[in-house]
Amino acid sequence: MFTVKNITAQRGPRAILQNVSFSLAAGDCLILRGPNGSGKTTLLRTLAGLSPPSAGEINVNPEDIVYTAHLDAVKPQLTVAENIVFWHGIYQTAQSDTLKRFNLTDLAQRDAATLSAGQKRRLGLARLHISGCKIWLLDEPTTALDADHVAEFAQILTDHCASGGIAVVSTHLELPLPNAQTLDITQFAPTETHADPFLEGSF
Amino acid sequence: MLPLIKRDITLALRSGGGFGLALAFFLILILFVPFGVGPDRVLLATIAPGILWIGALLSCLLSLDRIFQLDAEDGTLDALATAPIPLTGLATAKAAAHWITTGLPLTVASAPLGYLLGLPSTGYLWLIASLAIGTLSLSFLGMFGAAVTVGIKRGGLLLSLLVLPLYIPTLILGAQTVTRAINGDNPTATLAFLAGLTLLTVALIPFAASMALRANLR
Repeated sequence: MFTVKNITAQRGPRAILQNVSFSLAAGDCLILRGPNGSGKTTLLRTLAGLSPPSAGEINVNPEDIVYTAHLDAVKPQLTVAENIVFWHGIYQTAQSDTLKRFNLTDLAQRDAATLSAGQKRRLGLARLHISGCKIWLLDEPTTALDADHVAEFAQILTDHCASGGIAVVSTHLELPLPNAQTLDITQFAPTETHADPFLEGSF
Repeated sequence: MLPLIKRDITLALRSGGGFGLALAFFLILILFVPFGVGPDRVLLATIAPGILWIGALLSCLLSLDRIFQLDAEDGTLDALATAPIPLTGLATAKAAAHWITTGLPLTVASAPLGYLLGLPSTGYLWLIASLAIGTLSLSFLGMFGAAVTVGIKRGGLLLSLLVLPLYIPTLILGAQTVTRAINGDNPTATLAFLAGLTLLTVALIPFAASMALRANLR
């Protein structure tokens, strides 16, 4: 359902990861591991279709994918409820229990500008639920969340996978996900560097 | 696309949205012209079409860098680019929202400001028609410039330099329409050319802008 074959992920002119391959079926959860700068975000952006791979192929329907990045995609001038209504409109899904699931009911009428970092992150993550998409690509989803909400989010993730969804998560924190596979991406670091005298020292 | 247009209009009306900015700049610019040129009604009436059009064009320019920059800064642009809405649709919605919050108010405000400059009565209908049609093309061209410069921090100046040359045909045709009307010539042909130019812009620019966005998102 989500197969990646020998892709090269680029950031600008530089290849960050080479020959990345994996295959996920419905219900699978994949955790990406690697130190800072090893290419987790680059890989997720490539999978999300934001920067196409320079080699290899990704077999997936792009409409099934929802991607949450480091930034929350929350509009500070809108209230929490307005932000949610907006994303429902973009994904053309019906209103559901999103506010309750992400523990935002009490904050519904607050301007998003007045939210704390953790509350804002929850509002950002709520987009996953709103989208109704099968494949979730998550870049450090639990940053700024407190322990209770990390556990709650892990439960949401587990439920999503249990109902036939797929998740690819990059994280440094331990997430209590029982059936998750782990992929160490340092093994995909490019072996040979392209010798281009004109690009040398430019990054 | 509709939720996006609706959201952009809401954002423009909220604090810091810049809805009034273009309009206030237009008002001030036109009010200052008689101070600079002097109270010569004949002269003012002659230059009124050009001044009103240049004023509208510069006011339009003010809010261009907000079109994509704010969305790029808070991650909304990445989220929208991965959402099931084509980038051409995103670009069209952005330009349409910009026109509704900038071009349309400028068009409405141009009539009283034309009166202030002593624009002859035969010119008003053509002024409003040419601005309503022309500012739509200004919004689309500007949106393209904003898409090209979205990755650049404080790219506002570069954006202006990039977009202003593209505005020249619209400016010439728009101002000529009004000038011909007040001189007693038939302005229909110029207005038709302006409408044609706008249609061409509206049809083609979203594709160019979506390519620019895609390149900048990498």
